[in-house]
Order: sequence, then C-alpha cells, then structure tokens
Amino acid sequence: MKIYPLAKPGEQPPLLYPPYASTVRRAPSMPPIPLPHTLSELTGPLYGYNPVGETDNDLTRQHAADPLGERIVVSGRVLDEDGRPIPHTLVEVWQANAAGRYLHVVDQHPAPLDPNFSGAGRTTTDAEGNYRFVTIKPGAYPWRNHPNAWRPAHIHFSLFGPCFITRLVTQMYFPNDPLMPFDPISQSIRDERARQRMVSKFDLDLTMPEWALGYRFDIVLRGRESTPFEEQP
Amino acid sequence: MSRLHCIPSQTVGPFYHFSLTSNTTLGCMTKPETSGERIRLRFRLFDGDGVPVPDGIIELWQADAAGKYRHPADTQQMEPDPAFCGFGRLGTDAEGACTFETVRPGRTPHGHGGCQASHINVTVLARGLLAQVVTRVYFEGDPALSEDPVLQLVPEERRATLLARPLSQGEWGFDIHLQGEEETVFFEI
Repeated sequence: MKIYPLAKPGEQPPLLYPPYASTVRRAPSMPPIPLPHTLSELTGPLYGYNPVGETDNDLTRQHAADPLGERIVVSGRVLDEDGRPIPHTLVEVWQANAAGRYLHVVDQHPAPLDPNFSGAGRTTTDAEGNYRFVTIKPGAYPWRNHPNAWRPAHIHFSLFGPCFITRLVTQMYFPNDPLMPFDPISQSIRDERARQRMVSKFDLDLTMPEWALGYRFDIVLRGRESTPFEEQP
Repeated sequence: MSRLHCIPSQTVGPFYHFSLTSNTTLGCMTKPETSGERIRLRFRLFDGDGVPVPDGIIELWQADAAGKYRHPADTQQMEPDPAFCGFGRLGTDAEGACTFETVRPGRTPHGHGGCQASHINVTVLARGLLAQVVTRVYFEGDPALSEDPVLQLVPEERRATLLARPLSQGEWGFDIHLQGEEETVFFEI
C-alpha cells in the first residue's frame, strides 16, 4: 500500500533524459520495483545528526569580509501536499558564487573564486515550517553537456522531511531567467507548471531595505494520502 | 483545501562536496557504547559501462541492532539505542567506493504482522541522476531472507543484487550497478 501517493507523470523527471548527457550511462534501465510502505520507508533521519551553527544560514557572514555580489534573502515554508508545515526539518543549500564558480576542485570554469564566499548553508525550519537564508545571487556558468551549454543561476536544496520517502534534492531557479529554456536539467521536468514550481518569486516583503533583495521559495514535499485524521500506521 | 504539488527533483550535480559530504564523520555511525554486531560496509558505485562513479553520494538509513528505528513513527515498545542514530552519508571516492562503520540492524516489522529480514535502506544521488534512486542492502547467508516480504517482490534471478557479501571478518561489500547486466534492483517508494 502506498501511504504516500506517487507523483503524476511529468511532475518528476524521468531518470533517462538524453538531452542531459550524464543520464545516459547512469540512469537505471529496468523499471523500479514498487515497494509497499513499511516502517523502513515511513521512518527516516531527523535533523539532529549534525547541529546547525550560528552563521550556517547566513552565507555572507562565514568569512572575514563581505562576499562580492548581489546580496539576497531566500526564504519560504516547507509544507506537505496538504499544506501542513513541516517543522524542525533540516534544509541544506549549496551554490556557486556571484561569478558562477563553485568552491570545488572539479570546477575549472575560469571565473574567480571569492575568498569570502564558500556557498554552503544549512538551517532547520521553525515550528511553522519557515526557513530563511541570506546569501548572494549565484552566477550562471558554462558546462560541457553540449556546445555552448550554460546553467541558469540556481541554488541547490537538500531536504529530508519527516521520513525516508520525503527525501528531496532539487534546485531553485530565479524568475525570468533567459537560460532556463535551454537548460536540459530543468527542462527534464516536462510539465510546465511543475517546472515553474522550482522558480522562486521575487517578494518585496522579504527584502531588507538598503541591504538585500528577497526571493520566496516554498518547498512542498511528498505528503501522505489526504486523510488528515488517520492514525499513525 | 486543494492539494499542493511537490517540488520536482533535480540532480545533486557534481559540485556538492563542500556542502553535503564535507562532514566525513557521517560515515561512522557507531560510538563505543553502541549495541550490536559491528560491521564495515563497503559500497562501490558503477555506471552502465562498469566505470566507477566518483561523484556519487550514498546515504544509509537503518534500524538499530534491536530492530528499532529512531523515529516517532516506530511505535514498537522499546527505546532506540541512545548511541545510534541510524543515518549515514558519504561521497564516493575515485574508485566509486566508500565505507561505513555501522551495526548490523535487527529485523523490523513489515506492517502486516510479518517481519522483514535485516536490511539497510540506501539512497543514491549523483550527477546524472535527476532524482535519487533507492535500494536495500540485505546480508548474504541470512536465514531470514527467504521469508522477507520485500525480497519476494523481486524476481528471483535479480535478488542477488540486493545482497551484501562478506569480504573479511566484520567487513561486507555491496556493489551498486546503476545500469548494465548486473543492474541493481531499485525500488519505487
């Protein structure tokens, strides 16, 4: 029995999507075997395995000086599909710097590293499911998937949610990014409305006057069948 | 209220190491006072050409040695081992490998009165995987394998892909083939 219903076709990426070349030799070719949800899937790691530090949710305060780039606030709520907040859950983010360069040995894009920006953050949601990061807007960067390939600006998100099933790794994009139509990773989501759910919204209420622009990104994780009064299994 | 829709998954990409796997202590899931049989569990991750995947993430989620998950949904009448959280996470190295130190988990309920064989739940993330894939590690030679209700769902000729094999005393090996003739069984959860 699927206590957490599956997504509809097109709302999640296929594993094999040849325009994203790395899927071709890494996507499993056999269909996955449907698994009834047992205690193994209905439990999962909660956030406590790795405490969150004071500056972990402010990526602009992790070094001696300010990083270069456009300072932004990224904030939202983590919810299940019934709109219920998911409190006290770990949210991890990582991103390129303002020049589109990752602090990573494999990233050889000839753009400068910023000694004042690492690009990794973590926080936990509050009792109402809210989270908030301060960071700088990441730059777009080239990659070698196809000739003249560029990734739209994005921030990677990793969440666990309440159980093993709700694990989500995704990417947050920015409104009106002209690179998105050419990006096979985001275009792997064939349902246009589903794809737009990965795009944050500019939100004047989240801005910090004379300091930072604000983007809202609400994150909906897989939810249980809509039976709010059902007992735990 | 109309039902919301979950956010689509996207690949973890190649550049997560400074964030997700920088804390390598997540490969050691035991403390000196943890109860149970200590095991070292060595994973190797391969693509469809049999080439090691050097930029993958392996995450483990498992019950403690008594078969109790540290989670409120586990309502079995016992306390979880206070010295065991059940979660591990490591990045793969240039050989596509990583090794966890953990305990062999106890058997856990299936939910319909039955009992599952000892197993560890595995999430695999990598560049080229647009969403995580999940599998399970069972242990070769475990007499409970024949009565495990999940293994019964797997065609018999593919069940061996879900078995860790002893490498040496206390050390087990589990190879994950994302594709190819030896493709590992993955589950839709």
